[in-house]
Amino acid sequence: MEQRTVDLMQKRLKRRYAAERRFQWYGKISILIALTFLLLMFINIVGKGHHAFLQTHIRLTVDLESDAFPAETSSTNALYTADYSGLIKKALRKQFPEVTKRGDKRALYQLISPGAGYQLRDRIVAEPALIGQAIELWLTADDDVDMYVKYTPRDMSESESSTQRLSEKQRGWLEQLRSEGRLKTQFNTAFFTAGDSREPELAGIWGALVGSFFTLLVTLCLSFPIGVGAAIYLEEFAPKNKWTDVIEVNVNNLAAVPSIVFGLLGLAVFINFFGVPRSAPIAGGFVLTLMTLPVIIISSRAVLKAVPPSIREAALGIGASKVQMVFSHVVPLALPGMLTGTIIGMGRALGETAPLLMIGMMAFVVDIPAGLFDSSTALPVQIYLWADSPERGFEERTSAAIMVLLAFLVVMNAAAVYLRKRFERKW
Amino acid sequence: MDTTNLFIVICLLAAAAYVFGRRRAYVSSGGSIQNLHSLPGHYGLYAFILTTLPAVALLMFWSMLAPRVIEALLLTDLPVEIKAWSQEQLGLLLNDVRNSLKGYSVASDNPELIAHLGERYTAMAQTSNWLLWATSLSLCAGGLAWAWRSIRADHPARHRVETVAVSGLIACSLIALLTTIGIVLSVLFESLRFFQHVPVTEFLFGLEWSPQTAIRADQVGSSGAFGAVPLFTGTLLISAIAMLVAVPVGLMSSIYLAEYASQRIRAILKPLLEILAGIPTVVYGFFAALTVAPLIRDAGNWLGLEVASESALAAGLVMGIMIIPFVSSISDDVISAVPRAMREGSYGLGATQSETIRRVIIPAALPGIVGGILLAVSRAIGETMIVVMAAGLAANLTANPLEAVTTVTVQIVTLLVGDQEFDSPKTLAAFALGLTLFIITLILNIIALQIVRRYREQYD
Repeated sequence: MEQRTVDLMQKRLKRRYAAERRFQWYGKISILIALTFLLLMFINIVGKGHHAFLQTHIRLTVDLESDAFPAETSSTNALYTADYSGLIKKALRKQFPEVTKRGDKRALYQLISPGAGYQLRDRIVAEPALIGQAIELWLTADDDVDMYVKYTPRDMSESESSTQRLSEKQRGWLEQLRSEGRLKTQFNTAFFTAGDSREPELAGIWGALVGSFFTLLVTLCLSFPIGVGAAIYLEEFAPKNKWTDVIEVNVNNLAAVPSIVFGLLGLAVFINFFGVPRSAPIAGGFVLTLMTLPVIIISSRAVLKAVPPSIREAALGIGASKVQMVFSHVVPLALPGMLTGTIIGMGRALGETAPLLMIGMMAFVVDIPAGLFDSSTALPVQIYLWADSPERGFEERTSAAIMVLLAFLVVMNAAAVYLRKRFERKW
Repeated sequence: MDTTNLFIVICLLAAAAYVFGRRRAYVSSGGSIQNLHSLPGHYGLYAFILTTLPAVALLMFWSMLAPRVIEALLLTDLPVEIKAWSQEQLGLLLNDVRNSLKGYSVASDNPELIAHLGERYTAMAQTSNWLLWATSLSLCAGGLAWAWRSIRADHPARHRVETVAVSGLIACSLIALLTTIGIVLSVLFESLRFFQHVPVTEFLFGLEWSPQTAIRADQVGSSGAFGAVPLFTGTLLISAIAMLVAVPVGLMSSIYLAEYASQRIRAILKPLLEILAGIPTVVYGFFAALTVAPLIRDAGNWLGLEVASESALAAGLVMGIMIIPFVSSISDDVISAVPRAMREGSYGLGATQSETIRRVIIPAALPGIVGGILLAVSRAIGETMIVVMAAGLAANLTANPLEAVTTVTVQIVTLLVGDQEFDSPKTLAAFALGLTLFIITLILNIIALQIVRRYREQYD
């Protein structure tokens, strides 16, 4: 009888311990799931995106015969009139004299990017003395060629889908170019210096980066002073009454309002009512300011709360007024913490997309925005636009743009962590 | 450009006023600062505020209002036949004038009129500019004169300056309030206009959503139905999938981190999990649309299931992963707040750790956890980019996670992005959807924050 009870008890204990281990495993597996997903996402994005940092170029011997240019070559405007893509086509024909049929010629021209003419033009405008000579020039290859060159050696399965866009003949020409050493992949500078383009090989993120910079500049200039001011008032001056309660609840709620609603507000109030220019960084900055304000207010209040009362009492004790106490003693001590909160808020604003779509910052903008009132996009919006484009070249560029965006976020968050570590005070 | 110059001039004057104020106070003290009521710097700031504040305020209002006033004046003395034009035509005319001044090409068929109006516009802008310079500089001078008159040794400059400073702080905190009012008013106002076209009941209970209104009467497939139920169910479906991922995973990882993990492991894993919250949603959207969705479709095909390429499952899964850190960080806080005594009481009775967690800690922490989950739900409902990129556009009324559904946020974006006339029910519908979204998330947030707050008080 007793033996049975002991047995039963031991069995039950075993079961309970097994349940304990299982429970621990659930926890471990959950963390594993989350981290695996994170890892997969990074591998996927870096795996796709690193290709975009390379771009295929084709070397052609371009004959800059003088008849192709206007007689008067001293002014830039005159140089702009010459038919540069014609020159490049001629160079291609010279490279492959055996190509005579019209359809074949057209296929041949497709090897070079439609933007190559502008490259040649810029080269000539910079150095008009070249006219009349034959020069060797590395020209940007078309995105289909780029895909073919970059993916073929690595994996055949991927190349199958990409090479279908190139005909048998085109591939033959490319192999011929390759064997002559006229084909190379090099660092893709256009990706970092160009604006948006419909051609993947010409598209770059510089325009979006500048747009994001201007937008964040407006956001920072507005949200930091206003947010810190509001936090100081609510924490140091506000009497405890219904009004301040309302403001407080309101700030907490604003922090949880979906970002797209801020976009609607921006569209209705800033653009339609106040007539702020659509698609401009200033409009984006206003909207993101309203979005980041609650974040900055909440974190700044936490920092102010952490400043010990003894500091305040000491200041008041030696005769400072309340305003003097706050601005000369409390705020300087809290400033590093407030800056940390602001940087984190800025990081969030940098990745925000939805409200910017609402106020039209998703226009197709080729030019680099020069100021707060120019049409522009922002980096995350550019990612969204490219992700929607069907060309394969844009897929890798999207991933690369994501890598750049994440790099900026890492830098900002690292700065915030550094600030916190450097100025953290234990009271 | 001219206003920029004016601003610079005002700034220079302000700096001068500061120096002057200090100087004036020093002189009136008779050379010894003890006689002064406030510090010399306060007198400087006093003069500074008097000089700049009115002028800068004027500058801001002027540059905001001047273009409107000029345009209104421009429209008052038009030829009679143009005056009879409709509001839109006049708007187009003004647009042409503005464009011609910027040097863009003009679409109008009446270039002389545009050129004439452009000239008048420039002339009026010039007059307005002169007026602005004159008034704001005289405001500066007036402020300076006022400061000159009032600064004496016993003048309480500090009180004045501090009043202005505190008023500035109050203004800052009112901006947060104004934002909410702005959201409510703008969304409400446009929604009311929408409900003039479409009855509220049809919007809330209608089963069909196809916002393409017919431009021509005989157009096919443009019924212009505004029943939002399919959007609500789609949103709920995707949010439910997201919560099915996020709640167990988030809760279990927070329990593991709070109760089992050693200090060192916790210090590594917790920030790693929070990375998930820091990644922009557009990145998740890209991953969902281009990697997860095809994967799920292929897996479904392999199993012999019909899976849409924009299935609710893909969007929901990825959104769930995104929400994990929200659930886990809130439940982590809540679990750590459960008093030690409760744990130790349970151990003392011989319970294992997991039994303590399941029978004691979680019931004790439940209100806080529920609050956290509600916050996460409101986040899932309002999430935009993931669904815009990975969910469908067609409004299907279905509960099948393998089909494509659309959500409230997706529709807001599709209705408002691109070219739009502003008064059509199609655009206004976006605001009605925004209002619904705002109200739902607001209610969820208020309940959640209330629960969390009450929970905190319980154990304080």
